[in-house]
Amino acid sequence: MKIHEYQAKEIFAAHGIPVPQGEVAENVADAVAIAEKYGRPVMVKSQVHVGGRGKAGGVQYAENVEAVRVWAQKIIGMDIKGLRVNKVLITEAVDIVTEAYVGIIIDRSTKAAVIMVSAAGGIDIEEVAAKTPEKIHKLAVDPIHGLRAYQARDLASKLYRDMNLIRQAADIIMKLYKVFWAVDASLVEINPLITTPDGKVLAIDAKLNVDDNALYRHKNIAAMRDLDAEEPSEVMAREGDLSFVKLNGNIGCIVNGAGLAMATMDLVKHYGGEPANFLDIGGSSNPQKVLTAMRIILGDPNVRAILINIFGGITRCDDVANGIVMAYEELKPEVPIVVRLTGTNEKEALKILKKINLESGETLDQVVKKAIALSEAENQIAGGAA
Amino acid sequence: MSIIIDKKTKVIVQGITGRDGSFHADQMKKYGTDVVGGVTPGKGGQKVNGIPIFNTMAEAVAATKANTSVIYVPPAYAIDAIYEAADAGVKLIVCITEGVPANDMMPVYHYLKHKGVRLIGPNCPGLISPDKSKVGIMPGTIVKSGPIGVVSRSGTLTYEAIWALTCAGLGQTTCIGIGGDQIIGTNFIDTLAMFEADPATKAVVMIGEIGGSDEEEAAKFIKKSMTKPVVGFIAGRTAPPGKRMGHAGAIISGGSGTAEEKVKAFGAAGIPVAASPTEIPRLIKEVLAAKKKKAVKTPSKTRAAGKKSPAKAKAKPKPKPKPGKTAKKKSR
Repeated sequence: MKIHEYQAKEIFAAHGIPVPQGEVAENVADAVAIAEKYGRPVMVKSQVHVGGRGKAGGVQYAENVEAVRVWAQKIIGMDIKGLRVNKVLITEAVDIVTEAYVGIIIDRSTKAAVIMVSAAGGIDIEEVAAKTPEKIHKLAVDPIHGLRAYQARDLASKLYRDMNLIRQAADIIMKLYKVFWAVDASLVEINPLITTPDGKVLAIDAKLNVDDNALYRHKNIAAMRDLDAEEPSEVMAREGDLSFVKLNGNIGCIVNGAGLAMATMDLVKHYGGEPANFLDIGGSSNPQKVLTAMRIILGDPNVRAILINIFGGITRCDDVANGIVMAYEELKPEVPIVVRLTGTNEKEALKILKKINLESGETLDQVVKKAIALSEAENQIAGGAA
Repeated sequence: MSIIIDKKTKVIVQGITGRDGSFHADQMKKYGTDVVGGVTPGKGGQKVNGIPIFNTMAEAVAATKANTSVIYVPPAYAIDAIYEAADAGVKLIVCITEGVPANDMMPVYHYLKHKGVRLIGPNCPGLISPDKSKVGIMPGTIVKSGPIGVVSRSGTLTYEAIWALTCAGLGQTTCIGIGGDQIIGTNFIDTLAMFEADPATKAVVMIGEIGGSDEEEAAKFIKKSMTKPVVGFIAGRTAPPGKRMGHAGAIISGGSGTAEEKVKAFGAAGIPVAASPTEIPRLIKEVLAAKKKKAVKTPSKTRAAGKKSPAKAKAKPKPKPKPGKTAKKKSR
């Protein structure tokens, strides 16, 4: 789960990482009030879950309260890479001497938290990694023994020469590592970590992603979820305990298992179609889940056909078939539905599907091709009507 | 032959009184797995489907001489279950549980490594050696014994591939799901090395997906250290970046971990990649036929040394059983 910069900064500050003072506003009046309270130049920063906010014009310097009013007006409601800005962070502006990068990620190959630092901060770190990987210094921290102070100093010394700055940065790295574990982060990032003319090291941006699997023990962070910043269908899917990702195609997919769901989407594309979504109904077989899945997919106006692909193991095909029948009766879908149910209780499932005159296809390739053909026919009807 | 599990595998089911645990304990037993006991704290002394329950792993292992544990407990308790199994002395732990926090897995991984215990998963369907043993949740009805090894990060997609193989008359030595999480106990290379060393395995199907670089590492390993042909499949070619596709580990982050990179790495290692799971049996038959042809053409002394570089093979002739052993050594 992603949280906003202002939320990440609250967590950083609670762990003693120095961040500039700031508050979040959802409207111009609040933004202005915050700026008035500070009585000095501020930054107006859009709070959206996407990188490159600055480039998109979503981060602005405001010399005075009037400028805050102008920028807040412009930024709130602005669209950044398809996401609407609902909140801005008003934070005191600071003078910058140098910009560095500090980040911690989960590294799959060393099975450890890896700390990355670079003196080339303030820009897209992936770009630095691709073009000048030698400018990034990494340390895989032994998860049993943890981070030692000397290791943090070593990393900090890759950023600065001045011992005063090194000490401050080392302290920040130690604290950031603590944050990483304290909140079960999958990523924490300070980009940039700056130095000021009076010799202070400060985190002026903050990024924090929390492992979804650990949210059950971080209720305070789970409560930070910004539903406005997410695709509504994805919110609905999560509430229905489904794994769902919206895409831009016109063939809705309902599959059991994440790997098979991806493979099904890929095959749609392979045979010339475009998947409308990724949807995994999971291992348990609950007819209600199929109903929710159908409701979400039918809510997408682009969908011209629905493809249901189930390989029954723990998932029982008859449960899924019952869900399909329920959805038929309740939602009365107008788009064609192509089904393949194979594995556990397949025969019973086929009997259930007969009630609504639905047949199950034989192979995966077959049903994918059929769904594409039907979606194209639907498209022509839709096109003709328009 | 098979890898990791066989007739000697004696299994304790952790979380045996739960819904999934009791169902799959029964399924495993029916398949012929030697399920010797189960553990649920507070329910020791009872029985589930004739399987004795113990309060602790230590008691269960002492009483049954089990060498394997399979875990079906909820995510909040899975980490503790893994530690308990390792400390009780089993040498193989299969963790089916989905939803284990990745940060918890990091210290466990290093602890098990130090103890010399093999972990498979978490978030995996387990494994099956047809007609011998199944540990986990894979349906026993879709497998058949034969010469193909299957390794995958997925569950149902693996079933799809296995079923396609079985329908085409291609049986399996062992099918193993290594799990869809970021931090897993056994990776592709570990498994490939074991298949390489297993005399009964003649070819391997490797099913990868987006996220991480385990497939790329495996491709390098295959090129360098495997004599047996491998056929690949990669799920997630249509996955958008930055979105978690069901599995915790299936995410393209910072532009890396894409299906494209993985397919490219397979290509560079000479591994044919199927566009659809149904295409896998045909590719397997092709690589097996190609290998046979090569074996007929090349003098027997050199045939085992390397399928892709005959020049190298000539330089270092080796008797047939050795490459397996060498590969195994390298992997350690």
